[in-house]
Amino acid sequence: MALIELEDVRRTFTVRARTGRFSREKREVRAVDGLSFTVEAGECVGYIGPNGAGKSTTVKMLTGILVPSGGRLRVAGVDPARERVALARRIGVVFGQRTTLWWDLPLRDSFELARRIYRIPDRRYRENLGRCVELLDLEGLLDTPVRQLSLGQRMRGDLAAALLHDPQVLYLDEPTIGLDVVSKGKVREFLREVNQDRGTTVLLTTHDLTDIEQLCGRVMVIDHGRVVYDGGLDGLHATGRSERTLVVDLAEARPAIEVAGARVVKVEGPRQWLAFPAQQSAAPIVAAVAARYPLVDLSVREPAIEDVIARMYAEVAIG
Amino acid sequence: MAEPLLARTGWAVRSWWLCARMWMRSMMAYRASFALNLLASLVTHSLDFVVLVLMFRHTDQLGGWRLPEIAFLYATATFALGVANMLVGSVDGLGVRIVNGSLDTMLIRPAPALAQLCAERFSLRRIGRPLQALAVLAWSLATLDVHWTWDRVLLVPALLVCGSVIFGAIYVGGATVQFWWGESKEIQNSFTYGGATLLHYPPTIFAKELVAGVVFGVPLAFVNWLPALHVLGRPDPLGLPTAFQFASPLAAALCVAAAGLAWRAGLRAYRGTGS
Repeated sequence: MALIELEDVRRTFTVRARTGRFSREKREVRAVDGLSFTVEAGECVGYIGPNGAGKSTTVKMLTGILVPSGGRLRVAGVDPARERVALARRIGVVFGQRTTLWWDLPLRDSFELARRIYRIPDRRYRENLGRCVELLDLEGLLDTPVRQLSLGQRMRGDLAAALLHDPQVLYLDEPTIGLDVVSKGKVREFLREVNQDRGTTVLLTTHDLTDIEQLCGRVMVIDHGRVVYDGGLDGLHATGRSERTLVVDLAEARPAIEVAGARVVKVEGPRQWLAFPAQQSAAPIVAAVAARYPLVDLSVREPAIEDVIARMYAEVAIG
Repeated sequence: MAEPLLARTGWAVRSWWLCARMWMRSMMAYRASFALNLLASLVTHSLDFVVLVLMFRHTDQLGGWRLPEIAFLYATATFALGVANMLVGSVDGLGVRIVNGSLDTMLIRPAPALAQLCAERFSLRRIGRPLQALAVLAWSLATLDVHWTWDRVLLVPALLVCGSVIFGAIYVGGATVQFWWGESKEIQNSFTYGGATLLHYPPTIFAKELVAGVVFGVPLAFVNWLPALHVLGRPDPLGLPTAFQFASPLAAALCVAAAGLAWRAGLRAYRGTGS
């Protein structure tokens, strides 16, 4: 069952720019420009793009905060803009840079408020709280005022608060921003549990691509309000025309060698770097090199996903 | 719209209470400042009345009204403003929340954003103003020589409640303007604080156009002027039908309806339709 459906969704903003002392010019900005995709129940989708690409506008429309300017949008079978409050009971939202916890009160109090606001039945509340406390390691923190928590502890608290009412969809906006490596790991581990064991659909926007690599089976890259890539992480390499690198240590220093299907990008003494398309096998290139030059050692380097995506943004900007 | 209005209102009030209680507990984290603040608010608000008393050391009457009668106006207007300020006054933080984006965190909860906003930073120390007003009211009623009939007895609590509701609606309606013009808090303040100061004085000292403006425009006259005319047995400077002196509940209901519609229009504009 498709839990999230978007069909040609658009959202424009009117920006008033001052052009003279008294004159103002109205300009239409298309934040989201004809977005169509579906997310099935239980998926974990990474939603990435450069700043201003339309990511948060999309999330705001999916939560019903913003009304689309055009197109059709359904979350869990309802139109978010029309049934915002009803939908609010079925979704969880975590903004990495903005806590929804009560600053001066013990963490427990924020959870209690969620119980009442979301009208969570007692038994379910106790079960869910117990599970979150255990998985997120919150046991000793429940009676600590939120302002005394570290950033990582607070993020774990926010995650728990967003999940107490068993949402069908969890939207996460930069959930690991500013966290140290250990906290990032804990958050990711928890999210994996929520997605895989509880079957909660997760939509995640992030600039940290490790989040995506470790959590998401599917990536959507958005730029200028459109989807420019939608698929698995592997496919991203092919689409992004990314290159793998073969590093060879020859028996002696040579000028750049010539091998079909690869080109030398760097020479350093006897070591040479050969780039070739990522989806191509390294075997024939290794064979070709070995056949003509004595080899001491070799290694293959996978392309960094950051580079792939950076190249993808650059291409969209030019095209 | 599926839920009936009554259930929606009930849920809004409950949401307000849930949030207000959280804020009260938050404020209790700073207990010493709570007591000091309450004291400071009692003292500063009493100064307003001291000014009136000082004025009456140089005159016996103001527009034909004596000090205990002015005290009645002062107390009722201050009480209404104080209660409205305590319960919904925080709604004027709307502009800031729009600018920093934190209104969105309220919109993702299944509780009405207006209720959450009104409960913001709720603190019992704001009870200082209405408490002080009640003290002045008690003195005024004890000093005044009112001929108490049952309708006059009922009118006093009724005007206190309706006046609070009218000021509350003005707070909400005024804040709604911030959906379109970010920093317009001062416009709203001129109607709330400015309005309450106007109501401290008898309508007889103002131009008739101004008095008509607060009857038919922003209906501040229904907070205390009109019902006070009946309680104190004074003639209406505008010569309106006596029904106006009993119409505060109707005026309050109209104010709430207007503020509610304005809020909905504002929220719709913020979310992006109809703008």
